[in-house]
Amino acid sequence: MNAPAPLLSVRGLKKYFPIKGGIFSREIDRVHAVDGVSFDIAEGETLGLVGESGCGKSTTGRCVMRLIEPSEGEIWFQNRNVTVLDGEELRAIRRDIQIIFQDPFASLNPRHTVAGIVGEALLIHRLAKTRRDVEDRVVELLETVGLQAGHLRRFPHEFSGGQRQRIGIARALAVKPKLIVCDEPVSALDVSVQAQVINLLEDLQEKFGLTYLFIAHDLSVVEHISNRVAVMYLGRIVEIARARDLYDNPRHPYTEALLSAVPIPDPSLKRTRIKLEGDVPNPINPPTGCHFHTRCPIAEPRCSETAPPLKQGADGHWVACHLRG
Amino acid sequence: MAGSTPASPSADAATPPQLSLAAESWRRFRKHKLAVISMFILGALVLAVVAGPFVWRVPINEIDFTAKLQGPSWHHPLGTDDLGQDILARLIYGGRISLSVGLAAMAVALLVGVLIGAMAGMASGRVDAGLMWLTDLFLSLPQLPLLLLLIYLFRDTLKAAFGAEGGVFIMVVAVIGGLRWMPVARLVRAQFFSLREKEFVEAARALGAGRARLVARHILPNAMGPVIVAGTIDVASAIIAESTLSFLGLGFPPDVPTWGRVLFDAKDYLDIAPHWAIFPGAAIFLAVLSINFIGDGLRDALDPRRVI
Repeated sequence: MNAPAPLLSVRGLKKYFPIKGGIFSREIDRVHAVDGVSFDIAEGETLGLVGESGCGKSTTGRCVMRLIEPSEGEIWFQNRNVTVLDGEELRAIRRDIQIIFQDPFASLNPRHTVAGIVGEALLIHRLAKTRRDVEDRVVELLETVGLQAGHLRRFPHEFSGGQRQRIGIARALAVKPKLIVCDEPVSALDVSVQAQVINLLEDLQEKFGLTYLFIAHDLSVVEHISNRVAVMYLGRIVEIARARDLYDNPRHPYTEALLSAVPIPDPSLKRTRIKLEGDVPNPINPPTGCHFHTRCPIAEPRCSETAPPLKQGADGHWVACHLRG
Repeated sequence: MAGSTPASPSADAATPPQLSLAAESWRRFRKHKLAVISMFILGALVLAVVAGPFVWRVPINEIDFTAKLQGPSWHHPLGTDDLGQDILARLIYGGRISLSVGLAAMAVALLVGVLIGAMAGMASGRVDAGLMWLTDLFLSLPQLPLLLLLIYLFRDTLKAAFGAEGGVFIMVVAVIGGLRWMPVARLVRAQFFSLREKEFVEAARALGAGRARLVARHILPNAMGPVIVAGTIDVASAIIAESTLSFLGLGFPPDVPTWGRVLFDAKDYLDIAPHWAIFPGAAIFLAVLSINFIGDGLRDALDPRRVI
């Protein structure tokens, strides 16, 4: 895709969650959470990953850093296959890949002080020798994310949502990662605070040369921060393109429908909404062929027979559709 | 520097003086009035049973039929029993055993329960199923026949190894604690199951924390609140269980006046000598209640989310 080797390269990633039942806990079914996802992220780039809830975006993000074991597929990070790493090697890769969580109220241990939360990574990876060093580094990190040394001994419940998210960001930064998986980092925040956190993430990217996998369901947020955007539907990527390109010129019918649902902050402008019929099919039993054919306004018979591959169109615009190649 | 986007300054105003975690917990514990009062009561009880015999020097087994079944008087502040033995002296002596059996049995029950619950909660799958099967098995065992069996099997060995009283003490504590860990194990397992999926645990995993660290620093401390409360209830039931054992002649020998024992001895004379039952009953009641309140206070003090 890009000339230099990508920082992260995901190939054919699949994750099935077994559904067990019966007296012998046999697998009676499986949820196809992620069903063959491939993408690359170049160093310093931000790839936005959008889709409705339940489409597998968060599972993809967690698989990338092996918080969830992928069922199939390969994940290459700096030319190392993350999927086969074990023990100490896996721990080492977690210095390079970090994650920021969606819910800033659930992602911080309520019993630890800010110093303990942010400093934990330093202790785990032995990045600081003395307690003094840990503390100095934590203060530095707090200041980097716009908090102060005075917050060191506070507990998470004493902070607002936005401040908590900053603590979460400081924790992720502590190990000096190269790639950060941002799992809907602003969805739980007020709109005004969203902007602050997004700006902070952009500042940090510039300062430390970070690469983001930015997962969200809010298209306007993703448009703002991403270089490229991937759209997921029911466990598969249906379209990847540069952000501007995707928003101006969506090719996949699902992307079109998704974009038409974004409200325009101008009542005089009218937009033709594409209304999709029905609900997202059950991921336990996804449709044959193209997963979207049951709701697609332009579907043809072949769409229900074979799944369209993700094909590259003009200048890095990838689409998985038989009709809009 | 990302100083261009500072966090809102609201939380910076009025920074409270910074306390260490222990000092902060103590400060919070003191806010719980009942717990503080209970601590004094329990402290007084412990002091009484430890130092009491040096102050109140009446022997516990001095039989005096001329003074039997007397109510409280200057000579016998808590009255006497049917053999004219001084109840205060007996309660002071028996309290040592009752309190230490209660606390030690709770410790055993908590230790075993937390261990098994944590193992089941972390392992899940087959190990979990096996351990829960074991827990259910213990829950379904008829406890009294089992107690009989255990005591007949091990009494002599333990007596030989640790002396008469020490041996019985170890046996009673092991038997009571060993049959009371199941609710704790289930509680801990359930807590582990819910905490394991929490994002802060996942975050620690993402930072490269190993299993031991996850359990010790993140999961267990957050699971302990209900466990502490369950533990304090266990103290109560252990004191009562000990008295049941004594009553059956399986615990301490009948001449050792544990609180439960004195209470059981008194039951036939409830109508003519109520003081005989009231005082040991009150002692058990006070000990159990104050331990429960202390447990409550501890749970609140150790949970930084609770604003006190």
